[in-house]
Amino acid sequence: MPHFIRGRGKMLAIATLVVLLSIVPLLGNNYYTSVLLIIGIHAIVTVGLCLLMGYTGQVSLGHAAFYGIGAYIAAILSKTYHVDPWLAMVVAIIATAAFAFAIGFPVFRLRGNYLAMATLGLGIIIWILFRELDWITGGQSGFLDIPTLSIGGFAFDSDFRFYYLVWGFCLAVMFISQNIVGSRMGRAMRAIRDSESASQSLGINATLVKVKILALSAAYAALAGSLYAYYVGFIDPPPFGFLFSIRLVVMAVVGGLASIWGAIFGAASVRLLTEFLHPFGDIDVVLFGLIIVVVMILSPQGVIRGLGDLWRRISRRLTPS
Amino acid sequence: MKKVVFIALALILVIGITPLMACGGEEGETTEEYIIGAVLALSGHGSSLGEPEKQTLEMLEDELNAAGGIDGKNIKVIIYDTETDSTTAIIATKRLIEQDNVLAVMGATTSGVSMAMLDTITDAQVPLVSLAASDEIIQPVEQRYWIFKTPQTNSQVVGRLYQYLESQDIDEVAIISATDGFGVLGHGALVGETENWDITIVADETFDPDDTDMTTQLTVIKGYTPEAVICWGTDKGSSVVAKNMQTLQMDMPLLMSHGIASMDFIDAAGDAANGVIFPVGKLPVAELLPDTDPQKDVLLEYKADFEELYGEGSADTFGGHAWDAFKLVTNAIQDLVDEGADVTSAGIRDKLETAQLTGISGVFHMSATDHLGLGPDALTLVEIVDGEWTSAE
Repeated sequence: MPHFIRGRGKMLAIATLVVLLSIVPLLGNNYYTSVLLIIGIHAIVTVGLCLLMGYTGQVSLGHAAFYGIGAYIAAILSKTYHVDPWLAMVVAIIATAAFAFAIGFPVFRLRGNYLAMATLGLGIIIWILFRELDWITGGQSGFLDIPTLSIGGFAFDSDFRFYYLVWGFCLAVMFISQNIVGSRMGRAMRAIRDSESASQSLGINATLVKVKILALSAAYAALAGSLYAYYVGFIDPPPFGFLFSIRLVVMAVVGGLASIWGAIFGAASVRLLTEFLHPFGDIDVVLFGLIIVVVMILSPQGVIRGLGDLWRRISRRLTPS
Repeated sequence: MKKVVFIALALILVIGITPLMACGGEEGETTEEYIIGAVLALSGHGSSLGEPEKQTLEMLEDELNAAGGIDGKNIKVIIYDTETDSTTAIIATKRLIEQDNVLAVMGATTSGVSMAMLDTITDAQVPLVSLAASDEIIQPVEQRYWIFKTPQTNSQVVGRLYQYLESQDIDEVAIISATDGFGVLGHGALVGETENWDITIVADETFDPDDTDMTTQLTVIKGYTPEAVICWGTDKGSSVVAKNMQTLQMDMPLLMSHGIASMDFIDAAGDAANGVIFPVGKLPVAELLPDTDPQKDVLLEYKADFEELYGEGSADTFGGHAWDAFKLVTNAIQDLVDEGADVTSAGIRDKLETAQLTGISGVFHMSATDHLGLGPDALTLVEIVDGEWTSAE
C-alpha cells in the first residue's frame, strides 16, 4: 500500500473508487461499461501476479496459461457437460490452483532467468495444448456458445449486470490479497523476496510459501479466465498466448509490483492507453511502447508510487517550514 | 537526464494530442454523413491481411465522396485496430456502436476475432460484414441474423478441387495437410466435403510447415497408390512436398490449396512447381480470365485503382474482401435512399440479405438462408506451367 493512502486516506480512496465504479454503468454507455469490465477482469489476474512477482519476488512469464486453463475448464464443463456455470467456475478455480501447486515444486527449483524461462515455456506449452487438443477445446476454430452465469432467474447477460459481478469479485480479491499481505504469510513472502537464504534461516519454508502463492495467483487467474469466457461466450487460443502474459507483466509493473491496489491502476492504464491511442492508427503500438519506457525511467516503482512521491514533494514544498 | 526524458515525453504527448483534438472537432461539425465502422487487424499476426483491407476501405471512401457521396451526403469509415485480439476487438466494436453511432460494422480480419464479436453485434442489432473465412461465422443462419461475410469458405475451395477431380474421373486421393491453423481447417473441409462428392481419401498424412523433409509421409502415401495427391498448406511447407514428390518420382497429379497463391511458392519449389494445380480467387488471374467472365471488368478496375495508389502488384484477395464488404454496405444505403426509406441499421440488414453484387471475391447472391451468397464459380483453377500461372479451366 503506497504511503499516501494509509489510514483515513485509504478508506477515503477506496470509498471514492467504489462510488466511481458504481456510477459509470449508470451512464448507459456500453462502451465505457465494457472497457471498465475488462479492466476489472485483468485487474484480478494482475493482483495475483503482483503477489507473486512484487511481494514474493518470483517471475512468471506464463500467467496467461492459468487464465486460459480457467477459461477453458469453465467453458468445457458448462457447455459440453452441462455443468452449472457457477459450479464449473469453482471447479476451474480449484483445478487450476491444484495444477499450479503441482507444477510449482519442480518450477521453483529454478531461480532468476531460469525461472523466467521455465514459466515462459509452460505458457507456450499450455497454449499449444489449447490449439492442438481440438476435440476438447475446439482448436483454432474456438469454442462457441458458452452459457452465461445466472442466479435463480436473474441472468448476467448484459454488460450492465456482468459489470457489477466482475467488480464485486475484483474488490473481494483485493481485500483477500490485502489481508494476506498484512499477515504472517505476507511477511514471509517479503522475507523470501529480500533474501531467500535469510528467510530460510528464520525457519520459513520458502518453497512451500512460493508454491502456495503461485497456486493462489493461478486461482485468481482462473477466476478471471472463467469470467472472461462467460462474458464473451466464445474463446479461442490467441487471447491466452505469450503476448497476453507479457501484457499482464506490463500491467503489474506499471501499477507498481508491490502494490495490491496498484494492480487496478496498472490494468486500467494499459487498457485506457490502448483506447486513447486507437485514433492514432498504425503508430499506436509505438506510442504505447514509448510511454511504458518513459514510465519505467521516471517511476520504476510504478505509477501509483510515482504519483505518491510527487504528491509528497509538492505538499512538502507547500508546507511552510 | 530525467529532465530531457520528461521534455521528450511532454513533446510526444502534445504532438500526439493535437491531431486527436482536431478530429474531435470535425465530428461535431459534419453530422450530415453516413458513418460506417470497421475493425481490422492492423497489428498482431493478422496484420498482413488487415493492411490491404484498410487501404482498400480508405480508397473506396475517397472515391465515393469525390463522386458526391450518397445523395449528397458523405460516407465516413471509422477504422479501429483489433490487434488480432478478441478482447480489443469486442471493445472496439462497442466503441463504434455506442460512441461513433455507426450504421454497420465491417470486419474482423480473422475468423476467431469475428466469432468473438458475434454476441456483441447481435445484442446491439447492427449488421456485421465479416472479412474472415470460417463457415461458422454465418452458420447456423437463424442464429446469425445480423451477420454476413464476403470471403469464400474452405468447403467451397475444397468443392472446387473435388469438382475438378470428378471431371478427370479421379476418385481415390491421398491428402497431406499442414499442422498449423490453415492446414487444420483445410483438413476438416477436405474430410467433411467427401460426403458431397464421389471422392475417397485413401491416405491422410500431416506435416509441420517448418520441416525441411516430408519423404516419410510421402513414402507412406506412395504405398497406397492414390490417383492424385492434395496438399493443404501455405507456400513454405507445400514447396517441400512438391520437391519431395519429384524426388520420389510420384507423378500422379498434385493439387494444392489457395495457400500457395503467391510467387514465393514457385521461387521455393522451382522446377517441381510445374504441373501443380490449385484454386484461387479470380483477382490474381484477372488478366487470364475470358472476356465473358462477369467479374473481369470489376477485377481489372480494382486492381488498376489500387495499384495506382499503393504500387505495382500490391492488390490482393484480402483487400478484395473489404471491397466487397464496402460495396455491399454502401449499395444497401443507396437502395434505402432511393426508396426514400430511413437509413437505419435494420434497414441496411434487410437490404444486405437480398443483395446482388458482382464483386472481387465472386458474384454475390445473398438470401435469408445464405449470408455469403457465393457459389463454387467464385474460384478459378490455375496450373503452373514453366514457372507461370496459366488457367486450368
